[in-house]
Amino acid sequence: MAVAAIKEYRFESADRLENFHGNQLLFVGWEDHLMFCAPFAFLLPPDFPFQALIEDVLPGAYGYHPDFAEIDWAKVEWLRSGQPFQPQLDKSLADNGLGHKAVIRFRTPGLTGIGGTCS
Amino acid sequence: MDMKTSSGKKLGLKEKYRHMTRGLDWETTYQKREDVFPYVAYEGIKIHDWDKWEDPFRLTMDSYWKYQAEKERKLYAIIDAYAQNNGHLNVTDARYLNAIKLFLTGISPLEYMAHRGFTHAGRAFPGSGPRVACLMQALDELRHAQTQIHSLSNYNKYYNGFHDPAHMLQRVWYLSVPRSFFDDAVTAGPFEFMVAIGFSFEYVLTNLLFVPFVSGAAYNGDMGTMTFGFSAQSDEARHMTLGLEIIKFILEQDPDNVPIVQRWIDKWTWRGYRVLTLVGMMMDYMLPKRIMSWKEAWEVYFEQNGGALFKDLSRYGIRPPKWLDQISFDKDHISHQAWATFYQYGAIADFHTWSPTEDELDWLSSKYPDSFDKYYRPRLDYWREQAEQGNRFYNKTLPQLCQTCQIPMVFTEPGDPTKICYREVDYQGEKFHFCSDGCKEIFENEPEKFKQSWLPANQIYQGNCFPDGTDPTVEGFDPVSKVLEYYNIQAGRDNLDFDGSEDQKNFAKWRGMATSNE
Ligand SMILES: [Fe+2]
Ligand SMILES: [Fe+2]
Repeated sequence: MAVAAIKEYRFESADRLENFHGNQLLFVGWEDHLMFCAPFAFLLPPDFPFQALIEDVLPGAYGYHPDFAEIDWAKVEWLRSGQPFQPQLDKSLADNGLGHKAVIRFRTPGLTGIGGTCS
Repeated sequence: MDMKTSSGKKLGLKEKYRHMTRGLDWETTYQKREDVFPYVAYEGIKIHDWDKWEDPFRLTMDSYWKYQAEKERKLYAIIDAYAQNNGHLNVTDARYLNAIKLFLTGISPLEYMAHRGFTHAGRAFPGSGPRVACLMQALDELRHAQTQIHSLSNYNKYYNGFHDPAHMLQRVWYLSVPRSFFDDAVTAGPFEFMVAIGFSFEYVLTNLLFVPFVSGAAYNGDMGTMTFGFSAQSDEARHMTLGLEIIKFILEQDPDNVPIVQRWIDKWTWRGYRVLTLVGMMMDYMLPKRIMSWKEAWEVYFEQNGGALFKDLSRYGIRPPKWLDQISFDKDHISHQAWATFYQYGAIADFHTWSPTEDELDWLSSKYPDSFDKYYRPRLDYWREQAEQGNRFYNKTLPQLCQTCQIPMVFTEPGDPTKICYREVDYQGEKFHFCSDGCKEIFENEPEKFKQSWLPANQIYQGNCFPDGTDPTVEGFDPVSKVLEYYNIQAGRDNLDFDGSEDQKNFAKWRGMATSNE
């Protein structure tokens, strides 16, 4: 039952792509590091290089954590919508199959938060 | 105002009520009934006989005014005395005031929304019994909103963050959680509204809201809040009775109503439980003098009392709400997850947060032996150390939000508190994200409604949360300060850590003046 209404009920989604003025949302979570209470939302253009995400975007968001400086990016494991995923670092978000409101997560083997508590 | 029967005897309360409410109703003649009551059929609920409705209150206006006027007189006498005697200086600790800010911004405006919802539901029902009952509750709810604002306005003279609750409810990120909860209810049909607010909220969950705040006030020397809480209590008893009556009435009218009501019970118990996360946090972290833990409150007021209720409803074919296993597991976690959220987003909230003291941490360890030391205490210890070194954690990156409950995606997988719970749905070519199976299923039942969610983080990114005339393209544009301006949060006063705040300094100074000769 999608709609119970007294007359035609037709509205647009509040977060449709066109509302973001040429950018799109990308959600990013760092596994085993719940000091950051939730995954982050970033506003980026679809041609944004994946490498720049790692170099220019994530440090500002995650840099407070002492584990962040220890990350060996070559060993990081990625998930896209919960499935294992190999990003092409020199390619754009779009070329990596990351559309509007895509969600990715990264796991940093050996790094499991404050005192190993996933904080 | 005595009415006489033909035998000359005075009418009893019950008969008087019958004559003065149902006796005044009539059937439509020159307009079609469905044109006069256009909202009563589309939800699929079938009512065959509105007269089967049993009135829970049997109040006529004369008795209603008499009771309410007496309560108002007492309430305002106490509030005046509290204000005149600088009662605010008797609270345990100025940190306590932040619990009250949360109440004023997150709960009081909902009382007003409840008022609107019950007037609407009352208008929509063709039966005179529920119509009158809804009207009485609508008046109560308006009274609650106003008495709360009156009581708490006293604090606004002295402390920050109390200045604009109605405005903040419409804008501030975390207040979209209670706001969207109520917007969802008042934009539903009248029957769903009654199951959502009358039953699920007022009957099943209300004790988890009012007992913590009212007892919390009593424990922490806040006479003002305690008094409006007690003044609302006898109203609440009536509201609970109405909530139970409406559900029994609907279920008895037609077996086809059962699955619809069941879906609403599942939805609204889950939605209400998600909103109560804020109360859990308040109980475990924001009351300097604790009453009981969130977990204990959930066990007493939901698991025990609610268990008996759903046993009773099983004769209608109603089962307990969905996702109770997860809720039961999560009672060890959600208050800590919520506090961590407000602590880190403390630069964009209208109240203060802080590092708990050592004995508060010990209290949490003892109340949450299975979770606190293992998952949460190390994080809080780390943050406290960092704050002491001048490196207090302020998260400045916007979080991903759940499409349904609108809470940042802070909740963890059922059974694994180390993993954030991610759920997603593709709908009409767009991705939607959820904090839980509950929120996902609610979306899947009504995607056309929930795809319209006004999610604060996403709205900021769309450029919709700056004051009028803001140009975000100018050099050096500072989005955070503009968003705070849009929220009407005074940067550096209302927000940031309690330690070093104006509230902290003023309270200490005034209390010193009241209790010493300096
Ligand atoms: Fe109320
Ligand atoms: Fe949710």
